[in-house]
Amino acid sequence: MKKFRKLFSLTMVAVMAMGVLSSCGNDARDTFMIGGIGPLTGGAAVYGISVRNGAQIAVDEINATGGINGKEIEFNMQDDELDAERSVNAYNSLKDWGMNILMGTVTSGCCVAVAAHTAADNMFQLTPSASSVSVIEGNDNVFQVCFTDPNQGIGAADYIGQVGVYADGGELVSRVAVIYDSSDVYSSGIYEKFITAAAGQPFDVVAVEAFTGDSKSDFSVQLQIARNADAQLVFLPIYYNEAALILTQAAAMDYFPVFFGCDGLDGILGVENFDTSLAEGVILLTPFVADADDARTQAFVAEYQRRHGEIPNQFAANAYDAIYIIRDIILHSGATYTMSISDLGNALKKAITEISFTGLTGDNMTWRSTGEVNKIPKAMIIRGGVYIGL
Amino acid sequence: MNFISFLINGLSLGSIYAIIALGYTMVYGIAKMLNFAHGDVIMVGAFTVFWGVSMQGFDPFLSLLLSITICIILGVTIEFIAYRPLRGAASKLVVLITAIGVSYFLQNLALLIFGASTKSFTSIVPFGPVRLFDGQIIISSETLVTFAACLIIMTSLTLFIHKTKPGQAMLAVAEDKDAAQLMGINVNGTITLTFAIGSGLAAIAGVLLCSAYPVISPYTGAMPGIKAFIAAVFGGIGSIPGALIGGLLLGVIEILGRAYISTQLSDVIVFMVLIIVLLVKPTGLLGRKLQEKV
Repeated sequence: MKKFRKLFSLTMVAVMAMGVLSSCGNDARDTFMIGGIGPLTGGAAVYGISVRNGAQIAVDEINATGGINGKEIEFNMQDDELDAERSVNAYNSLKDWGMNILMGTVTSGCCVAVAAHTAADNMFQLTPSASSVSVIEGNDNVFQVCFTDPNQGIGAADYIGQVGVYADGGELVSRVAVIYDSSDVYSSGIYEKFITAAAGQPFDVVAVEAFTGDSKSDFSVQLQIARNADAQLVFLPIYYNEAALILTQAAAMDYFPVFFGCDGLDGILGVENFDTSLAEGVILLTPFVADADDARTQAFVAEYQRRHGEIPNQFAANAYDAIYIIRDIILHSGATYTMSISDLGNALKKAITEISFTGLTGDNMTWRSTGEVNKIPKAMIIRGGVYIGL
Repeated sequence: MNFISFLINGLSLGSIYAIIALGYTMVYGIAKMLNFAHGDVIMVGAFTVFWGVSMQGFDPFLSLLLSITICIILGVTIEFIAYRPLRGAASKLVVLITAIGVSYFLQNLALLIFGASTKSFTSIVPFGPVRLFDGQIIISSETLVTFAACLIIMTSLTLFIHKTKPGQAMLAVAEDKDAAQLMGINVNGTITLTFAIGSGLAAIAGVLLCSAYPVISPYTGAMPGIKAFIAAVFGGIGSIPGALIGGLLLGVIEILGRAYISTQLSDVIVFMVLIIVLLVKPTGLLGRKLQEKV
């Protein structure tokens, strides 16, 4: 019996050792391994799925035309269910898979958690859509394709003040209310900059109301206060789920101001069972317009529609651009996948500050070494259930 | 005018809390346990109607009946499988922890079946809102139905308990389980009946909740469940009129607090109420003071 036990444990040791050895096999792969992380299920799944689909189109296009310097890209997107802890787990399993570069994560909260780990590993990280400043703050390896939240807040105030928005009656909006989620880093980040920037604009902020993650089912009070203040426009720097509920409740109380949001509102038309006619006239600030008439956008939209049967949102476009940005900086720096994670990180973060990129989500985009992108925002309005550029 | 609007909103929210709180209070009064899975039975009830109306195209009223049936079966099954074996032998804490386990089980089951994304819920109330004073005050049809449902349920439940044999049996079991058994009352049967009524009410509460605040997700029942528990404690846990008063007051406090103090602090105010009540009057507004017998 004792002998058997010894033999058994020896066999187990051998099996485990084999396991360890075989996991090193990834280095032998002849491809650039790009990982992605985002919510593929759960409340923000629209974002993650769009990012995965958009990125996959870019990866397939690049591979079909010979890859990067003849090397193909392999793309692997993991689900984080909008949970920071799961996001870090996803990062670890992608590292086990052999990831060279991280294209993610999709949302700000998770991205902050993962960025702490990529910074420690000095892995190059390019997020398509995590817009919080805290994502790039103190992390010189993290770069954004999307605007930072402060820029969205300033951009929104600028747009309402300078370009002007017209209320239902045809008059220029001069009284603005804000409803934001004080428990969310994305929402409160935009809100703070919006309020500061609004001080210098020719409109008044007449009501500021908040809600938290635990009380996001009843907005009747917030809407009532906005209506009492006679707000013609309600600024919603929040995600689409709550926005869909706000639109429903506003309609139930006969309150029809202009609703104005940022990129978090993108996806509102996809909420299951939501009456999309309520979203008629909603304006959102976003860098991508699916009906733009340039050839690249049209080709991308057509391909996305062919594969997934729907119009891509800006998250898909951001991810598509992110993959091309990664290709461009690899070409620019001459980096290879055989370099160590840290060397590759150093090469790419230098390269991204040296290039100028024109893609679906902006022309002549450039990056500061802090990780922020420079580009010009565009506004869209929802008409007849589709996004139309303003 | 504003104050009246807020008050109406508060009563609407409070009526829902009251119906949910009834489930807590009845189960506590009779089985002497806190059924923390109650909030998730609400979610199951709402999802059943969502499935019936939005996915299968059934008649809303038929879906409601289906939902009540499913919740009753669910409540009785939970009691039979998870709580009954632990009754008597184990400490009270074990049952409480089991209830939390059941709560997670139901949430994750809903996650598996329906996915985590929030869905818009189509209200099952067939008529439109009532407008008063040139539309200055709008009372939604859901508010009216909820308030009416709350009053009807409260009255019929009180009548049931005081006028019928099974109701009297409930009172007896609540008073003293062992003595009731000696008198020939089927204690297990009475407790099962309590769970059945509580779960049926949970289905109604769930549908009203999701009609008034038209979104649904697997976590829909969690927060209202906790708030209704506070309402039950506030009114005096174990007392049926207490659940009504506690629920209505809590709803009004939450909405008025949000309107006149701070939209961010509404939950803080609600939980403050719980702490103050526990400090000042631990048995709640209408709770009975029980003397420990030697």
